[in-house]
Amino acid sequence: MSVTVVTDSTFDTEVLMSDKPVVVDFWAEWCGPCRMVSPILEELSTEHGDKISFVKLNVDENPQIAASYRITSIPTLNVYSGGQVVKQIIGAKPKSAIMGDLREYL
Amino acid sequence: MADDLRDLIIVGSGPAGYAAAVYAARARLAPLVLEGAVTAGGALMNTTEVENYPGFSDGIMGPDLMDQMRKQAERFGAELVTDDATQIALDGPVKTVTDGSGRTYRAKSVILAMGSGYRELGLPDEKRLSGHGVSWCATCDGFFFRDQEIAVVGGGDSAIEEATFLTRFASRVHLVHRRGELRASKVMQERAMADPKIEFQWNSQVVGIHGDEKLSSITLADTTTGEERELAVTGLFIAIGHDPRSELVRDQVAVDDEGYVLVSAPSTRTDLPGVFACGDLVDHTYRQAITAAGTGCAAALDAERHLAALSQVQSSATPTSSPPATSAQTPAATPAGQPVNA
Repeated sequence: MSVTVVTDSTFDTEVLMSDKPVVVDFWAEWCGPCRMVSPILEELSTEHGDKISFVKLNVDENPQIAASYRITSIPTLNVYSGGQVVKQIIGAKPKSAIMGDLREYL
Repeated sequence: MADDLRDLIIVGSGPAGYAAAVYAARARLAPLVLEGAVTAGGALMNTTEVENYPGFSDGIMGPDLMDQMRKQAERFGAELVTDDATQIALDGPVKTVTDGSGRTYRAKSVILAMGSGYRELGLPDEKRLSGHGVSWCATCDGFFFRDQEIAVVGGGDSAIEEATFLTRFASRVHLVHRRGELRASKVMQERAMADPKIEFQWNSQVVGIHGDEKLSSITLADTTTGEERELAVTGLFIAIGHDPRSELVRDQVAVDDEGYVLVSAPSTRTDLPGVFACGDLVDHTYRQAITAAGTGCAAALDAERHLAALSQVQSSATPTSSPPATSAQTPAATPAGQPVNA
């Protein structure tokens, strides 16, 4: 499964109401470190997409959700389960570190 | 299991690492480049417009410049691995580098180009509020401080660049500097001084960072009188300099007091045969993309020369001759905990 795009208007249904846990990648075009993280998430989505969904939200185009979750640094990965943020990973990290942080969901 | 013996491994992928890769690949050394897992591209990945790299009269975005260098290295046959080096053993004629996935590569020569990492203030709440108002990347996080009052700490080019960039978003940018004048280049100083949104907090040092869920204020101390004052800011961008990322090699090659790898300038040779160093890992004076690229090029040429000399020694020596001529210069002691090569 590849990483799908969510927006301010689809966030509720695709993230908060999802049956599976969802990792949301808050990113933007102008963010260098975000470019390093996105291919890692593509890989993780292919490898573990059956257990956990991976989506991305462009903070430039969707300022409401980013503001309501008080995102002040990107890349930030928020893990949502049952409509709640259950984990937050801030900053670009290697795949092994992200996998370690997501261990309980993979 | 170890890989085949290569000619050259390059550790690092900023302008120094990629320039070395371009030259080494064109010399048909088929270099392996360990780019770094998330640091690939180096410090310029966190910048916006680069205005002073020669050849780009209209400027170029930092990440785009690095992307171009990467493609150029790849085009000539450099093998790029987007992973960190986790272990490096430089002693002896066969050097080994292990990556984050545990794979070990072996080579006759190594170019060290790990660059530098940003320096922290070292304050108690710095880590806790990192990502919640405290940041090291203006281009990544500036966007989130629209119409807010923020502070930048530092007095060099990167601090001024960040402060100027952040005026796009913030209502006011306080530039906190512990001295009464800036180190930054004149053109950047002039730009910052002329900016009505930038307010200078001269002779000031950040001594406290406050906030529960997110940053709410900082405490500044006057560096001359010691007097303290509070500054209400929601963002704090730290640009107080860098430290060389020499942790993995510090016990093996000669470094200076600050950890910069020492080379016998104008060459890029370290005190270990077959080991070369370039870029910000070596340079605490110039620290520019163009100087890093320049020394990266020199390192590739030095490595090429070293490999040519090695193959001459090998072809003129009898098959049983050992140890190789190069080992005469290696230090007698092997640091504890470092793997010893054959």
